[in-house]
Amino acid sequence: MNEFWYLSSVIALLAGVTFLTRALPFMVLGRLADHPLLEHLGRFLPPIVMVLLVIYSFKNDVAFSLDFLPELGCLLLVTALHLAFRQALISIVGGTAMYMLLVQMGVG
Amino acid sequence: MTLSPLNTLVLRTSLPVMFGYLPLGAAFGVLFSELDHHWLYATAMGLFIYAGAGQFLAVGLLANQATLTEMAVATLLINSRHIFYGLSLISRMPNRGWRRLYQIFGLTDETYSLITATSLPADIDRGQFQLRVTAINQLYWLVGCTVGAWLGSQLEFSTDGIAFVLPALFMVLTIEQYKHLRDMRPFVTALAIGLGTLLLISREQMLLIAILLSLSVLMMQYAARRTHKGPEA
Repeated sequence: MNEFWYLSSVIALLAGVTFLTRALPFMVLGRLADHPLLEHLGRFLPPIVMVLLVIYSFKNDVAFSLDFLPELGCLLLVTALHLAFRQALISIVGGTAMYMLLVQMGVG
Repeated sequence: MTLSPLNTLVLRTSLPVMFGYLPLGAAFGVLFSELDHHWLYATAMGLFIYAGAGQFLAVGLLANQATLTEMAVATLLINSRHIFYGLSLISRMPNRGWRRLYQIFGLTDETYSLITATSLPADIDRGQFQLRVTAINQLYWLVGCTVGAWLGSQLEFSTDGIAFVLPALFMVLTIEQYKHLRDMRPFVTALAIGLGTLLLISREQMLLIAILLSLSVLMMQYAARRTHKGPEA
């Protein structure tokens, strides 16, 4: 499969799935939406998914060793910045800049 | 050039989103350019997918050569928050037909919060306002994605380590979730399940397995609570 068809199908797939998640509440309306199980999942699934995505981003790096220290340190920096300023852009740019600095100095 | 009161309001309301979407879109673009595809694909993603976290995730998945199934499930899950908080908008969207479809397509976190948080003067058409805010927000995002991807393909500076924007974004979203929920349990559970899956079961299939495990835990917990409280609870 060449690049064009591969990326086009990925984009079409992700576009479809994303639209589906946005359209779902408008399709099911109140019938299923206030089922207590959905409420329970709606409350607790999003935070769980976010934590899993943080871990997944490092799936090839996570280890109980010093090699993981730069990643861990920069995640803590992101957390500290976000708790201090609560500006997504500052937290993301600050943590990423620090990580790039470390990696390019050969620490990461 | 004079703007109509409607367009003035749309511009003024959407200004904070512009300051967020231009740099965030550009960050996505630069990250995407690391994959060595043409910058037009970044524009296409902003045009057809139009999801901040979803598009960042897509870069990670493409870089990891994830399968199409993994991509679909991961995207479904990261966007699942939309399912749960889109409900309050149903009665507040006067548009019908293609306008309504486009608005649903463009219902990002930021557009949602602008539409729900702005009180309109009586002489402003609510449907037109919502439609134009949705469109101008996507325009900011498209410009950001395109400029970022183009710059990333032109510039010679070393972008080593820039992929960290992805976990940084997820970390920020995690903290926002905590501020909203004020309950540590789901975070501790997710940390245990995520690390456990990664180290003990599978690195490659970590995301899918961990999500299925978490779903089972939540369902068991739900079932336990129901029996505990009795069927009426």
